[in-house]
Amino acid sequence: MNESKQIDSAKRGAAKLVLVVVGMFGFGFALVPLYDIICDVTGLNGKTSGKYVSEQTLQIDEERSVTIQFLANNNANMPWEFRPVSRSLEVTPGKLNATEFYVKNPAKNSITGQAVPSVTPFRAAQYLHKTECFCFEQQILASGESMQMPLRFIIDSDLPKDITKLTLSYTLYDITEQISGDLAAD
Amino acid sequence: MSAVIEEHHHDDHHHGPAKGIMRWVFTTNHKDIGTLYLWFSFAMFLLGGSFALVIRAELFQPGLQIVEPEFFNQMTTMHGLIMVFGAVMPAFVGLANWLVPMMIGAPDMALPRMNNYSFWILPFAFTMLASTLLMEGGGPNFGWTFYAPLSTEQGPPSTTFFIFAVHLMGISSIMGSINVIVTILNLRAPGLTLMQMPLFVWTWLITAFLLIAVMPVLAGVVTMMLMDIHFGTAFFNAGGGGDPVLFQHVFWFFGHPEVYIMILPAFGVVSAIIPTFARKRLFGYASMVYATSSIAFLSFIVWAHHMFTVGMPLAGELYFMYATMLIAIPTGVKVFNWVATMWQGAMTFETPMLFAIAFVILFTIGGLSGLMLAIGPADFQYHDTYFVVAHFHYVLVPGSVFSIMAAVYYWLPKWTGNMYDEALGKLHFWLSFVGINVLFFPQHFVGLAGMPRRVPDYNLQFADYNMVSSVGAFLFGFSQLLFLFIVIKCVRGGVKATDQVWEGAHGLEWTIASPAPYHTFTTPPDLKDISEAHG
Ligand code: HEM
Ligand SMILES: [Cu+2]
Repeated sequence: MNESKQIDSAKRGAAKLVLVVVGMFGFGFALVPLYDIICDVTGLNGKTSGKYVSEQTLQIDEERSVTIQFLANNNANMPWEFRPVSRSLEVTPGKLNATEFYVKNPAKNSITGQAVPSVTPFRAAQYLHKTECFCFEQQILASGESMQMPLRFIIDSDLPKDITKLTLSYTLYDITEQISGDLAAD
Repeated sequence: MSAVIEEHHHDDHHHGPAKGIMRWVFTTNHKDIGTLYLWFSFAMFLLGGSFALVIRAELFQPGLQIVEPEFFNQMTTMHGLIMVFGAVMPAFVGLANWLVPMMIGAPDMALPRMNNYSFWILPFAFTMLASTLLMEGGGPNFGWTFYAPLSTEQGPPSTTFFIFAVHLMGISSIMGSINVIVTILNLRAPGLTLMQMPLFVWTWLITAFLLIAVMPVLAGVVTMMLMDIHFGTAFFNAGGGGDPVLFQHVFWFFGHPEVYIMILPAFGVVSAIIPTFARKRLFGYASMVYATSSIAFLSFIVWAHHMFTVGMPLAGELYFMYATMLIAIPTGVKVFNWVATMWQGAMTFETPMLFAIAFVILFTIGGLSGLMLAIGPADFQYHDTYFVVAHFHYVLVPGSVFSIMAAVYYWLPKWTGNMYDEALGKLHFWLSFVGINVLFFPQHFVGLAGMPRRVPDYNLQFADYNMVSSVGAFLFGFSQLLFLFIVIKCVRGGVKATDQVWEGAHGLEWTIASPAPYHTFTTPPDLKDISEAHG
């Protein structure tokens, strides 16, 4: 009968819509890598990329000098002392520079820390190449322990001419619990 | 709307409803389910409203008087969640259940069993959500937008229950929307083309597509939260390689279409009511359909206007600013069409029409403050102030909520067979109208002057406007008890309604008896009245 035919096609329609629902649920999760890719490509959010390996020798621009300032922040509940050894550097684009950050764990227990970098202005992020950074790995400090953490970087000489000063800021997170959670899950 | 319908029925109908409470538990009848949704929504409206009155009582004077800041935060959060997901959305689903089959000449919704499930999930979801208030550590306190990491790292233990409640609501609305779509696409009376459907059906069809596109994204974002909280992932935790700003992108990808989910069916309701009481056809029917579709499309590409201050690059700010302003064009088309419909019409001002006209005026005010917020550089000043609160309450309360009330007054005689008390209805309208403006208009001023939203205490300079606002809140809130009284009175009796009910009403639902029989259009209707279906 006509009516049951309508109901059948309604059921087929509903099945298709369920696929849309499943697809959109997946799309929500797909936004996560998509977002990272977009930030990576455009340097949005001041995210710097991972360890830099140069394919060719970078051009050195002796004429220019750029100021880079360093900031160290603690995320809530992170008890470490954390500060840059030098607050700012005058650097020449294309040349390799080195500096250090100081950390100390004043707490009674051992803590694992992870630093997350961010660059302002955001569009400078993609011109900051780090060849070595403590933010590439996690640090474990026993109670009372301290250390100097290295940072080596090159500012690309393609850095837009109007940028004369940039800020590299690190936020330090206490990830002890997450790490132990991961171990428990493994 | 229950007992009486039952009595009326079984003398002239052998297929009447079952008896007793089990009728409501097992019912697959679209009218029963519509009634359930509407009563549920009204209960949530009162619950969410009482939370709002706690907020306004605390804000009556500067300083902390009545509640602890911690509880205040739970109130703002629960008020938002309950009003959005418990009051406005279920009310529109209830209206869709009652009206869509009657408007397209279908005997019922296409998937009646699923319809029953979609409703009965809701009481469980909201019991779970409300019960978090009694749990250790209290209920959710991070705002209805539940930004991470506030919600994932500093939220109370009950956050997990909040997440499950959101999952359940999501499942319910997804099932509801699938049902609406397949009903409209498959069960229209033979010969009823899409472009002949009443606008309420059109706006709901588009809303349902929005729902199935974005509710899964909401489910995704709360699932990510759940994993961050319990399974050591770091979607939103920068320390673990995630990003809190990502949360805002995913949330608002859902959130902005969500605000249109709450307004498009309202457009449909108003487009049904204004032609009736202006005794003219709706001006620009086709342009209404296209405007609604473009609003729905644009709603997917403007989400970051909620995030102007997170530190987007200039190009992003500009894009989201212009894209947002673009929405004002189709919205303007609609307002123009409603006004043009009233132009030189033979207007009368029964309660539904009063609510509909107030909708047009006050929603437009809300749209204008929206445009002000859409100006990126200006939003740096307005963001997270009471100006934003004023904006979205103007579009949601005299917008969505007024349209729901207008719809109830308009179709109540068809549902119950009785006319409501017109004098009381008008009184309810005027109390609500005055209350709402006294409540929300001053919030524009305190917002522009810099009063932040979601705070239990404020600077002395904001005291006067806040006091006025609180007075309006209590006036509006208590007027809703009058609404409850009017509806109950109408369900229990009153002047008998004619089949057409309103002199100027056109459309299939007005061709059947009042009250609408338990089963309608078991054989497809004769479409002679259809050319006038959309007024
Ligand atoms: C002309 C149309 C509209 C424009 C241009 C517009 C623009 C905006 C903008 C820019 C914001 C963000 C303000 C900020 O946080 O700083 C906002 C917030 C909001 N809008 Fe609209 N809007 C419009 C219509 C609507 C409609 C129709 C609704 C719902 C029915 C709505 C509901 C909301 C809500 C709920 C918020 C606040 C969300 C929150 O942060 O809690 N808007 N609007
Ligand atoms: Cu929006």
